[in-house]
Amino acid sequence: MITLKVNGKSHSLDISPEVSLLWTIRDHLKLTGTKFGCGKGLCGSCTVQVDGKAERSCQMTVGDVQGKSITTIEGMPETHPLKKAWIKEQVAQCGYCQPGQIMQAAELLSKDKNPSEAKIIKAMDGNFCRCGTYPRIKSAIMLAAKEGRK
Amino acid sequence: MSTSITRRTFIKIAGLTIAVVSTPSGFDILSGAEAAEEMTKGVNPNVWIKITQDNHVVVTVNKSEMGQGIYTALPMIIADELEADWKQVKFEVAPAADQYKDPVWGSQATGGSSSIRHMYEPLRKAGAAAREMLVTAAASNWKVPAAECEASQGLVKHLPSNRTATYGELSLKAAAVDLPKEPKLKKESQFRYIGTSLPRLDILEKTDGTAKFGIDTIVPDMLYATVSRPYNYGAKVVVVHDAAAHKLKGLQKIFQIDRGVAFCADTLEAAWQAKKSTHIVWGQGTEPAMTNESLEKAFETSLVKDGIIARKDGDAQKTFAKAPQKLDLKYSLPYLSHATMEPMNCTAHVQKERCDIWAPTQNQTGVLMTAQKITGLKPEQIHVHTTYLGGGFGRRFEQDFVEEAVQISKEVGRPVKVIWTREEDMQNDYFRPGNLSHIQAALDEKGNVAAWSHKIVCPSIFARVFPGMMKNGIDNAAVEGLSNMEYEIPNLSVEYVRIDTPVPVGFWRSVGSSHNAFTVESVIDELAHLAKKDPLKFRLGLLGKHPRAQRVLQVAAEKAGWGKPLKKGIGRGIAYHLSFDSYVAQVADIAVNSKDGTIQVKKVVCAVDCGSVVNPDTIKAQMMGGIVMGLSSALKEKIEFARGKAVTENFDTYPLLTMSETPEIEVHIVTSNDKLGGIGEPGVPPVAPAVANALFNATGVRMRSLPMTPEAVVQALKGKKT
Repeated sequence: MITLKVNGKSHSLDISPEVSLLWTIRDHLKLTGTKFGCGKGLCGSCTVQVDGKAERSCQMTVGDVQGKSITTIEGMPETHPLKKAWIKEQVAQCGYCQPGQIMQAAELLSKDKNPSEAKIIKAMDGNFCRCGTYPRIKSAIMLAAKEGRK
Repeated sequence: MSTSITRRTFIKIAGLTIAVVSTPSGFDILSGAEAAEEMTKGVNPNVWIKITQDNHVVVTVNKSEMGQGIYTALPMIIADELEADWKQVKFEVAPAADQYKDPVWGSQATGGSSSIRHMYEPLRKAGAAAREMLVTAAASNWKVPAAECEASQGLVKHLPSNRTATYGELSLKAAAVDLPKEPKLKKESQFRYIGTSLPRLDILEKTDGTAKFGIDTIVPDMLYATVSRPYNYGAKVVVVHDAAAHKLKGLQKIFQIDRGVAFCADTLEAAWQAKKSTHIVWGQGTEPAMTNESLEKAFETSLVKDGIIARKDGDAQKTFAKAPQKLDLKYSLPYLSHATMEPMNCTAHVQKERCDIWAPTQNQTGVLMTAQKITGLKPEQIHVHTTYLGGGFGRRFEQDFVEEAVQISKEVGRPVKVIWTREEDMQNDYFRPGNLSHIQAALDEKGNVAAWSHKIVCPSIFARVFPGMMKNGIDNAAVEGLSNMEYEIPNLSVEYVRIDTPVPVGFWRSVGSSHNAFTVESVIDELAHLAKKDPLKFRLGLLGKHPRAQRVLQVAAEKAGWGKPLKKGIGRGIAYHLSFDSYVAQVADIAVNSKDGTIQVKKVVCAVDCGSVVNPDTIKAQMMGGIVMGLSSALKEKIEFARGKAVTENFDTYPLLTMSETPEIEVHIVTSNDKLGGIGEPGVPPVAPAVANALFNATGVRMRSLPMTPEAVVQALKGKKT
């Protein structure tokens, strides 16, 4: 038995520890906000937080995260400054990569309340967006940081 | 819906409804009552606008949403003419059905930056008709002349008495009013929503993770499938050694389908495991020795062949031969992958009398036909559920992923979700065609362009997708941006040499313009330098009869500070292109690291004229996105071929542009009342040549092929003096 703590809830699953965290989240827990993009940890679409750290869930197994706390996009409160900023800046185009982008940005803001532009770019540089929403992602993070400091 | 339903009950159920139906001559609008009449003749009364008694305006959208904001823009058009309160507007996604066909194309599909261009007029008319019907209903209720009533923001008001009624209250009565066939459209000055940056209706679900893409489809009792596709193009299965796979837990079935071998299992991982454990022996394939080099050679060989003349003004070759100053150039561009962030996928459930398909598709009519062909069911038994598309860019116009899901579900008799890996997605793409051009261009004694003779070798997309649209053997997609070139050159010829290779090619955001703009706008720049003229002035001089082109060039140049001194180390380039009826000019500022060859694009200033503007914020977003995608391909992207197939597999060898490589982007909308243009694609073409021209400006090095990788730039810098 595997126990997964996702978005504050514990789930007991009869799966082997080698099963991918991404597909467990998507197919067993039906939390489909976390996306499959490349399966190699190259694009960032599957980013979730494990104990507050942004991780590529396609590169982790459920065994890796035993006893750890996982947060997916569904676990981010509606009032989270990042979600609000993403809407204010009208970031999403197709929207597919955005949950991963937000989860990546959340780690940055949890460590640095006032990140410089260079720091934002560095933190976000591994998350691809084929629609090219990068400029708006950047401004949304700046806006969220500003709101978070209030 | 049963055809036994009466006209009266239909009205009662639906409230005020307006349908837009495509007709041979374009489109027609029908009231719910008329639609109900049609229904008795066996036609489904699919409605486009529904005003419910609980005061909602529901707009059915017949186009696919892949980032372009169409679920907002089309409802905006209706809401404006209808005088709806935006807060009461909702959207619904259309199923696949004849009634939702694009009135210009006669098929239900999204592409060619056409959604607004094709739907603007029908939707305005439908909205205006509904508004007039609501006013008539209110006037009749109040027993007052309709002229004393006015519709505004979801209410009809009787002006002398100040009485009001909501659209919801009037809905039932309005449904019985005769539909005005020629309703009075608003004047542009009266627009309330059109031309404003309303927030996207899909923004919340695309932010909180609830938006359902194709890959997120969950159907009870669903299986997962993966497919082994040919080792090289055209190869057929010889033997399948799957004994080991059959011992695996969760495996359901292994069988051959048209495209290879299907592995069906309880979970995706089990299906993948089964595929991994199976050894398939493939046959030879079409051209097993095909490589990058062999393809390049084939293009070169084709370049000396005679092509088909796609355009001929004057006599370019004769003029070229006698001209005092000339350029004889070759330009080449690579095959590109769409690389949508959501890999190809489709879910299907084929039953005896019914087939359901959940697909992130740009081509509902195609899905319907595909399913019909495989299942033998009638169109009305096939239900296409269009999900959100995690990127489209033309890739999702194709049917390969749909075919697989339908064939597999038919075989196993259960719902099946087929998900491609990134590797499968990249290797089995319908690529943006590679191409090679030979240009002979000349200046006369005064430095004016006297001749331009352009031969392009390019595979044909249309020959496969729309063979009926090939004209005299010419694929319009291949010569797009060449045969319609606006530069006023007295002797201009465009020649098309079709090359057939085993590599499948398809529509890639901005199609022919995505490659031909690079060639044309680079050559124009070369000519400007040969003539010792300013590249902007040189272009303007060749566009005297094209004021819209001139205007975007002037606006982009002015906003970018064209002509002002540049900071040390910065190069600046300009380019413009007309595609999908929109004019786009871009100025790029770049810095080049002469040691490692890295190009850092600092800023792109973009000016766009697309005629009427529905949602300016969406236009800005689309220009920005087009610039990023265009830059990504200009600087980084190239598909590699070996052993008879595409061998590029994933983002490690096909990297996309990242945030750190994205410049500051400034978009200026040039307002005009000219012909409507599209916005999904036209942002792409000018950026590659603008950057290449900036590179020349910075270094004196001319890049005549893409991508401009650091290695390619270093090599070009080394060979500068030769």
